Amino acid sequence: MFADYMLNAWVVATIVAVVAPVVGFFVVLRGSAFVAHAVPEAAFAGAAGASLLGLNTIFGLGAFALGASLGIGMLGRRGRHDVVTALALVMLLGAGSLFLGWSTEYAPEIYSLLFGEVLGVSGNEIGLTALLGALCLGAIAVLYRPLLLTSVAPELAAARGIRNHRIDMAFLVVVALATTTAVPVVGALLMFSLMVGPAATARCLTDRPLHAVVLSVVIALLTAWASIAAAYQTNWPVGFFVTAFAFAGYLLAHGGRWIRNAYSRPQAPLAGESAA
Amino acid sequence: MEGILHALFAPGFGHSEPVRTAVLAGAVVALVSGAVGVITVLRGQSFAGHALSALGTLGGSAAFLVGITPLWGFVTSGFIVAGAMELVGTQRRSGRDVATGLVLSTALGLSALFLYFETIVNSTTGVTITILFGSLFALNGITLPAMILLGIVCLVLLALLYRPLLLSSVSSELAAARGIPVRTLGVAFLMLLALSAALSSVTVGTILSSALLIGPAATALRLTKRPAVAMVLAGVIGMVSTWVGIVLAYDSYRWPPAGKGWPVSFCVVAVLFTVYLLTGLGSRLRTARVRQRRAGAPVTGQPLPTVRQG
Repeated sequence: MFADYMLNAWVVATIVAVVAPVVGFFVVLRGSAFVAHAVPEAAFAGAAGASLLGLNTIFGLGAFALGASLGIGMLGRRGRHDVVTALALVMLLGAGSLFLGWSTEYAPEIYSLLFGEVLGVSGNEIGLTALLGALCLGAIAVLYRPLLLTSVAPELAAARGIRNHRIDMAFLVVVALATTTAVPVVGALLMFSLMVGPAATARCLTDRPLHAVVLSVVIALLTAWASIAAAYQTNWPVGFFVTAFAFAGYLLAHGGRWIRNAYSRPQAPLAGESAA
Repeated sequence: MEGILHALFAPGFGHSEPVRTAVLAGAVVALVSGAVGVITVLRGQSFAGHALSALGTLGGSAAFLVGITPLWGFVTSGFIVAGAMELVGTQRRSGRDVATGLVLSTALGLSALFLYFETIVNSTTGVTITILFGSLFALNGITLPAMILLGIVCLVLLALLYRPLLLSSVSSELAAARGIPVRTLGVAFLMLLALSAALSSVTVGTILSSALLIGPAATALRLTKRPAVAMVLAGVIGMVSTWVGIVLAYDSYRWPPAGKGWPVSFCVVAVLFTVYLLTGLGSRLRTARVRQRRAGAPVTGQPLPTVRQG
């Protein structure tokens, strides 16, 4: 399991599992889960386009992820955010299907972009992934306080002179960066699991933001490592294990909280609460 | 006249059997999706709509594996997933989105597994693309009657639930106060959404099905504020866009890059997106003109000057 050709997979998965949940924590806090789902899928179209032109897929991923984020941010200023996200998503996926229709790429290549191919990472891709990941973490560190405030209390942030829209745009760019880092490893469709799953689980367990960030990184690392091990043993697609483990963790945390609440609830609930 | 017709429609357009099926199926799907889509947009459940149609991937891949018609795979998985989403999700909007996303990606993970098994068993890899991106031209006539039937079921259910659904979408507190079971209604609507998503995923692929659900509805709601009118309008916009997309896709065999043809899904989505952007532009121009007209009259409520802090 720790042979030479597997070493890259472990390193890359570790990098992604550190970066994705840090971004994901804010995704959960801001309730922008749809955007976090849409950007990686849009990026997939970019990868298809890049492979059509014969470029490195990571450029296509980056360009389309950034384009999707900025487009959603800009159009979302006027229309409904979720509608704009859905429309941008389908438009870019449609473009992806166009590129796929033109290209002569083999289907397995596309399959691995959609569902992830952790075992096919080469040595020089690690450097790029690490660089992008570091950039992502740096951006989050710089934006940490205003981002937290705009997520929790947008009115308060506006009153303090923070431009909500500008922070929103900056955050979308960070999501795009994280996408570019992670999609080649976990795939466009499953990137969401690693980003949001551990973060949602951590939020269930603690209310303190910094604790939640650390906890979600730990959960994501465990998820990623266990998934690679399981995929190695069974030869099944790694994406399946990532999503299954992430969802199981979320369900466990939710179940735990539900039981805790049920025990600690006062004997006679308030009149208003029973209806809710 | 003959020349213009020839330029618009490539030769053989009217006589091709796949095209005729596509035109009919596209119309049925667009009408149902338009009506359901308006409620979806009003409820702010675009993500759920997208998820349910994307989840067709799971049902479709499972059906391929078992060897039954994909349509029933789509319908069954849609129902199961809609139930799971409601069960996991909380009432808050952000919690709902996270739950939707997690259920969605878990189901996608499962479909990755199913597709993997499929490639092992049959060593065909094209299935992924077929399910995701679908093609109106690849339909066969057999599923058409079943689709029309399901479409009618959808519309009848929607008509029955129309008033309480609308009230609970606009104000769930008011609906609860009037004794409407808001939670049950939410589940019922998700099931309805699943049904219509199944209907459209089987014909047009999972991407296009969310495009048909959200695109025409969002456009129609920009043009009119009345929900019933918007539903009809959305159906018509969806239908016409689908037809234009079909014509474009059919013609595209004559366009570069030589002879490959553009996917019909892309053509339809592009038309829908363009229409949405154009109506946005139109409404912006209209408000600008109204503001200009009002500029002459004395303004009572001046906008507050924006204060910037260093």
